[in-house]
Amino acid sequence: MKLLRRYQLVFLLPVIAFAILAAAFGVGLYLRPDVIPSPLIDQETPAFALKPIPGRDDAGLSAADLKGQGVTLVNVFASWCVPCRAEHPLLMQLAKQGVRIVGINYKDKPEDVTAWLAELGNPFAKIGRDDTGRTAIDWGVYGVPESFLVDNEGRIRHKHVGPLMDHDIQTTILPMMRKLQK
Amino acid sequence: MIAEIGHYALILALVIAVAQSLLPLYGAARGSAPLMAVGPSAAIGQFAFVALAFAMLTQAYVVSDFTLVNVVQNSHSEKPLLYKITGLWSNHEGSMLLWVMILSLFGALVAARGGNLPPSLRARVLAIQGMIGAAFLAFILFTSNPFLRVFPPPADGRGMNPVLQDPGLAFHPPILYLGYVGFSVAFAFAVAALIEGRVDAAWARWVRPWTLAAWSALTLGIALGSWWAYYELGWGGFWFWDPVENASLLPWLAGTALLHSAIVVEKRDALKSWTVLLAILAFVMSLIGTFLVRSGVLTSVHSFASDPARGLFILGILILTAGGALVLYAIRAPTLKAGGLFQPISREGALVLNNLLLATACATVFLGTLYPLFLDALNGPKVSVGAPYFNATFLPLMTPALLVMVVAPLMAWKRADLAGALGRLKLAFLAALIIAGGAWAMKGGPILALIGLAIAAWLVVGAVIDIAERIRLFRVALGDSLRRLMGLPRSAIGAAVAHGALGIVVAGITASSAWHAENIGVMKPGESVDIAGYTIKLEQVGEVDGPNYRARRAVLSATYAGKLVAVLTPEKRFFTVQQTTTTEAAIHTTGFADLYAVLGDPATPQAGSEVTDSGWVIRLYHNPLVPWIWVGAALMALGGGISLTDRRHRVGAPTRSGARIAQVAKA
Repeated sequence: MKLLRRYQLVFLLPVIAFAILAAAFGVGLYLRPDVIPSPLIDQETPAFALKPIPGRDDAGLSAADLKGQGVTLVNVFASWCVPCRAEHPLLMQLAKQGVRIVGINYKDKPEDVTAWLAELGNPFAKIGRDDTGRTAIDWGVYGVPESFLVDNEGRIRHKHVGPLMDHDIQTTILPMMRKLQK
Repeated sequence: MIAEIGHYALILALVIAVAQSLLPLYGAARGSAPLMAVGPSAAIGQFAFVALAFAMLTQAYVVSDFTLVNVVQNSHSEKPLLYKITGLWSNHEGSMLLWVMILSLFGALVAARGGNLPPSLRARVLAIQGMIGAAFLAFILFTSNPFLRVFPPPADGRGMNPVLQDPGLAFHPPILYLGYVGFSVAFAFAVAALIEGRVDAAWARWVRPWTLAAWSALTLGIALGSWWAYYELGWGGFWFWDPVENASLLPWLAGTALLHSAIVVEKRDALKSWTVLLAILAFVMSLIGTFLVRSGVLTSVHSFASDPARGLFILGILILTAGGALVLYAIRAPTLKAGGLFQPISREGALVLNNLLLATACATVFLGTLYPLFLDALNGPKVSVGAPYFNATFLPLMTPALLVMVVAPLMAWKRADLAGALGRLKLAFLAALIIAGGAWAMKGGPILALIGLAIAAWLVVGAVIDIAERIRLFRVALGDSLRRLMGLPRSAIGAAVAHGALGIVVAGITASSAWHAENIGVMKPGESVDIAGYTIKLEQVGEVDGPNYRARRAVLSATYAGKLVAVLTPEKRFFTVQQTTTTEAAIHTTGFADLYAVLGDPATPQAGSEVTDSGWVIRLYHNPLVPWIWVGAALMALGGGISLTDRRHRVGAPTRSGARIAQVAKA
């Protein structure tokens, strides 16, 4: 009799295993696996000094340009990158609203980026030329475009992978900027 | 108006599905024939209304009715007609409607073809099908209604994800769903059998054709998906152990195990509770796959839009379906009477071993796929489980399964002569040695690849020997052998075809993994590189216009031994409406190998250099035997199809003994 009982318990195993699984699924629904934490959040920006783009009169970009200037949006872009073209109008709009945006021009040709900015407009207060991609590596960039929010003390506070959409600006970027400016 | 008809049809289908799930079940408990008879007509009615809704949505896509949110978001007036129609299931709402339509189609087929089932079993099977249908219809109506209107209607649609605008993917979801949803019939039969408390040979014979049909469709669907990933994603690989791919592999492994254990129930009246569990698990795995894809709990290359409310709803369905069935299993399975006994060395024994290996492989893939979720749920670090884990665990489990599956068909039931069976496989053993030796002479290694090719030869030749033995080839006159071949049960022929075809798949996977060559580099027009004996020259890079995209196209010429063999034109397409680019690989196949070219981004100039035209990143791959993977998989599905035509599955076909009695009576 006892043997039979123990034998019957085996048939309970599938439903017990499933209960654990269902619990994990339930918790999993409220997690965001697509959000990849960046180890650079709340850290000071990596040290860098980028030369200006040849043939243009901007001044280049270095870590010092991100300190004591209020909240800055750092945008990593390239003229050959299609999603960059998609987010560009939004950057123009942000710049008009008075947001300080600086650009890291990633692996690009000077004449291409000059033509690109002439065609679409220039939202950047400063642009540094990262022709080797070395600075982008230090920033943990794994594709263009990417954007970072840097606070007045020169610390990275937020990272956005991929093109900025209207939704991102309204729900994340602008509210965060307002909070950081206080 | 069209949309309202579709919406209304869905609501009616839901009402019918609720009736279908309650009345026949009550009728079966009460022994009331009229109530049980509601089942078949309700199942057919449910299918008719879901099909009507589906037709209405198709119509809205064909005429580009931009008053529907779903059409606006997933279609565009400039899209070719084929992709307007397939755009229907390229999105969440439409694909769920397709899912339910296939489910109700299976229900209607059970109703139409189930005349030989005992009335109470048929009533219960249809009731279970009705419950699943009702749950998913409610899911569509409450969270994912494709018939919602938008006002004011926009001038044009937003188009669908361009990656999905592709002939291979157009037919991947319907076929895959036929497989996923097909297992719902085996599930319904299993639950109905648990309610009845009886599993016997007749039950196994009823379940088998549905399982076979689902398994064949799933095999084909997975192969199509893998083929699509191979040529569209431009990585040159065919399987990435991505969560969504694994989600389709899990029901396939469970279904394969079910297919084999059901044979033991049918022939030997053994392994009953195990077979019922597999029938439940095969469909539960399908549901879990649907949940994983639709809820976004795991990150994957197939990142569909995800919504927690929908995920919660599907989780609810999953808990009710799987939880309910497994509780019933825990209560009723111990009461199932065990049947025939057998020795470990017997065909049953071999099938049990096959089941153990398949089930373990399934569990391994399952754990690897869900481990990141479990860890995340316990607040652990974010991890991803990749190919090394799966290769290290899955392959060692499959290897013995592949070795045994050749021997099993040659073994007798109850107690077999292993030495005799192996003796008849001398030729297969010889073939394996010759192939491995030949590959060693030509390529030299790696050792695992030689083993893989030896197993492939073992499978193919073993399948041929299986048939040759059955028809006593070369031992009786050829005419007699041919007559025997015609008289063989189709299930035996189908099994041999599927087993041999798996050998072709194994050869393709082995050779393309071990001996593929790749060359990734910057090329300027006029330059050439060598790969696997071919000389590839970049002729030019230009721009072309497609119906709804602009493309950058490279023209590459491939010469072999001084002769031009192919012109490859890989493209990068930019879709203006969606602002996305897709990669179109160019593939030249000889049947034994693929030459595969992908056009990348323009190369970046060296620091400080002022050269303006610095060339293009071109990726070239040479993949030996890779087409065999898909040819083999298609042949496996064909084997399932042949087995499906076995006379014992045909309705109305007299059983063999019955036919013989009739003949004797006539004489």
